[in-house]
Amino acid sequence: MFSGNTINGSSIVSELKEARIRFVIALPDIVTCDGLLWPLSRDPDFQLITVCKEDEGVSICSGLSYSENRAVVMMQHTGFLDSINSIRAMGMDYQLPIIMLVGLQGLEPDFSPNESSQNGVRIIVPMLELMQIDFHILDKQSDVSSISDLIDSAYKKSSPYVFLVTRSPV
Amino acid sequence: MTMRRDEALRLLAAHCPDEIVVPVFQSAFDWMKIRPHELNYLCIGAMGQASSHALGLALGCTDQKVLVLDGDGSLLMNLGSLITIGSCAPENLWHFVLNNGIYEVNGDFPIPGGRETDFSSIATAAGFPRSYNFDDIEEFRKGLPEVLAGSGPVFVCLKVICGEHYPRNYETIHDARQRASFKSALMARLSTFPS
Repeated sequence: MFSGNTINGSSIVSELKEARIRFVIALPDIVTCDGLLWPLSRDPDFQLITVCKEDEGVSICSGLSYSENRAVVMMQHTGFLDSINSIRAMGMDYQLPIIMLVGLQGLEPDFSPNESSQNGVRIIVPMLELMQIDFHILDKQSDVSSISDLIDSAYKKSSPYVFLVTRSPV
Repeated sequence: MTMRRDEALRLLAAHCPDEIVVPVFQSAFDWMKIRPHELNYLCIGAMGQASSHALGLALGCTDQKVLVLDGDGSLLMNLGSLITIGSCAPENLWHFVLNNGIYEVNGDFPIPGGRETDFSSIATAAGFPRSYNFDDIEEFRKGLPEVLAGSGPVFVCLKVICGEHYPRNYETIHDARQRASFKSALMARLSTFPS
């Protein structure tokens, strides 16, 4: 069973800065919008690009990676599902460092993603495992402190990485 | 009037010998032969995504001109990218669409709208400050200096027919060595011209 702790949004922002993320590419997601996307949008250390569809973000992130600019793509799990072909191409086939922050909208309190009654939420982890994309679940405050290192590692290995956000940061 | 794609691409290559270029599908196969260059970005991976890759390149290399040679069927898959680009307004991005009205590498089947869709008007409505249409090689020759001058984002629709058929070299497009070569060339270029 998952924790009932809260997550501090500003601590995630600090971790993204620590990881030298410069671009935030986003399509708003109700889980992360108030506690993370809005603060990021006001922070002059980030350049925010809002996109019309999440796969645009995957591709923008790919283009940026060739000039060694670090970026994170923010989306809801439905956007992840909608972007599978781009993630397959850029993440699996080309092994580019696409960093995704995915809100699990609809996940029931104290449930793990795999236990959710929501089909879209429940299939995310099995899909990531099938695609051999590494991921980290952000469910409680202590999960946040490794974000910077995990992003660093993904860039060093040149491989995609997904952060699954189970609850709204505050 | 309609111009041949290979003629249009040769003309463009003469004006853009060293720019970063993101070509797709048959335009990519043609462009690889017409302007072989380490700064050809061939690794789109998923149909429709060229304009978004180009936007990422343009945002990361703000002192470099980035051209995308999109297909009409490809752009239809990612029309929202015109809004995104119009909103970001990168001054170094030129978006060309080779409008032949068909999915050429997928059996020559017509795209929705055929050749009637006014892509340039869509780009203008999406926020591109300059949009152009060309369907004649001599008009394109005369207009190209103006198209390439000044700041982007610029949108150009080229109404074309197939010209010379260059081999469909998918192996090179997906080759990891091509991606590594592009990155090395790009980093060398950026170190020569730091932002």
